[in-house]
Amino acid sequence: MTAILQTKNLSIQFGGVVGASEISVAVNKSEVIGVIGANGAGKTTFVNLVTGYLKPSSGTIHYMGNEVTNLTPREITDLGIRRSFQIPQLFDEMTALENMLTAQSVAPKVPRSYWLPLQRSDTMESAMERLKLFGISDSSHRQVSLLPQGVRKILDIAMATVGTPQLVMLDEPTSGVSAEEKFEVMDIVMDAFAQQEVTVLFIEHDMELVERYANRVLAFYNGLVIADSDTRQALADPQVREYVVGKEIHRTHAP
Amino acid sequence: MKIPKDNNLRTLTIGLIIVLIFGFIATDWFRFMAQMSLATFLVVLGVMLQMRAGLVSFGQGLYLCLGAYVAGMAGYFWGITDVFLLLLVGTAACILLSIVLGFLLVRYRGIFYANFSLALSMILYGLLVKAEILGSTDGFNVPHSTFLGFAPEGETLKIAIFVLTCVIIYIVSLVLHRYLNSTYGYAGDAIRQNEIRVEYLGASVRSVIHKIYVIAAAISGIGGVLTAIAVGHVDPDLAYWTTSGEFVFVALLSGTANVMAPLVGAFLLELLRTYAFEYAPYTWQMILGIAMLMVILFLPGGLWSIGSFRRTEN
Repeated sequence: MTAILQTKNLSIQFGGVVGASEISVAVNKSEVIGVIGANGAGKTTFVNLVTGYLKPSSGTIHYMGNEVTNLTPREITDLGIRRSFQIPQLFDEMTALENMLTAQSVAPKVPRSYWLPLQRSDTMESAMERLKLFGISDSSHRQVSLLPQGVRKILDIAMATVGTPQLVMLDEPTSGVSAEEKFEVMDIVMDAFAQQEVTVLFIEHDMELVERYANRVLAFYNGLVIADSDTRQALADPQVREYVVGKEIHRTHAP
Repeated sequence: MKIPKDNNLRTLTIGLIIVLIFGFIATDWFRFMAQMSLATFLVVLGVMLQMRAGLVSFGQGLYLCLGAYVAGMAGYFWGITDVFLLLLVGTAACILLSIVLGFLLVRYRGIFYANFSLALSMILYGLLVKAEILGSTDGFNVPHSTFLGFAPEGETLKIAIFVLTCVIIYIVSLVLHRYLNSTYGYAGDAIRQNEIRVEYLGASVRSVIHKIYVIAAAISGIGGVLTAIAVGHVDPDLAYWTTSGEFVFVALLSGTANVMAPLVGAFLLELLRTYAFEYAPYTWQMILGIAMLMVILFLPGGLWSIGSFRRTEN
């Protein structure tokens, strides 16, 4: 296995609160990693550190063998690490298609034609293709502030995959999505990623989703990684059962 | 995929023809008022571009004044009277200054950006007021303009300047309309709506804002040159904060949805001011204030949004 992302002793504190403590993790190519932990355990902080939103107080981050510890979000995006957000970060006054067109036209590693019209037949076709890939082409001409949360979530993720991402970090891709929709959303997203051969790291509170989609789990507690192993093993870990998932995993759907 | 139909070129061309015909038949004062509205329109376009990126410039008078003074100085001190050369030097000066100042301004947002731009404009005002060689608070007169060697006088000169203004505004409007529909145009809009997302898509927010600032300065500078040659006089009030405030007023009045919106807004402002001053010489500012209040309360998207409401209802 080749590690495309490696963090070493990554730490950050917010006043007296530990956001991340000595986190050393290696993410291998083509893995699908579920990141679990209670609220405030340090999951989003970890994603924020890797994607340049936060700067660590100590420790290093290497991506594809190069140090990226203090790079800006834009520089990290340029290198091929993308992210989605817990609350979808969209351009609310634009339509879904315009969001995708904007994402496509400013994305790194695609020919940038800033002065050409945004809405050209070639750009519109590729934007629609991407919306189709993620199953939301029906909403293409609707203003995104009026879209259901599930569609907004998928659009947020779809926009993060424009260009040639190697690693995509999803922050709670199904939060705010109804119980009936969440498997559908994850199926669409994971199928699209599988087609693009992207390494995925997703934060999730729903253990059924983690069990179904992740082949490896990182469990966080108080800024520490308390488990890092394959999914079954991690979810059976006594510490994980005590601090993260509870003693029993209650099933509402068959895996 | 079908690309939405764009009627703006046709509308602008029809508008140019109507305004040109109007220029030949209108009374002197009405034509002058229209001409000042057109020059104001250019500066408002600059304010509008920044507003679309979520930035309010309370100091766009800086570039109106700089363009006007550079054109005036070129005529007064160096004997350059050709309008095309004046436009070139006035615009170039604005572009150069905005490139330098842009490096400072792109770091700021919201009220800090507004105050910074205001402060820069007031610095220029302060310098000009103290510059006796430039006429201090009185300013100085700009020599009559020539057009590629042709030197019209009297009514012909006025009409020539009016036609030039219309043609330049037509060209600038077309270029800006194209710009607003380009990736850069959308990127500006995207920055206003969600700056952090733009960075995470891989675009440099600062670089986009810097370019917007330079473009806004350039078109404001053109407005300044046109003002100088139309009025035949420049003074430091062009950089005063109340002048810049008027541009923000027009941008809010008209809305930022389309390049033609400020054209309507600028003309309405001139009309409102002229009649308010005529009928209420001591309280005309209050009338402008009430008009502004009405727009903010009932048309937060500006006058242009009336068309959007109608389209939505349809």
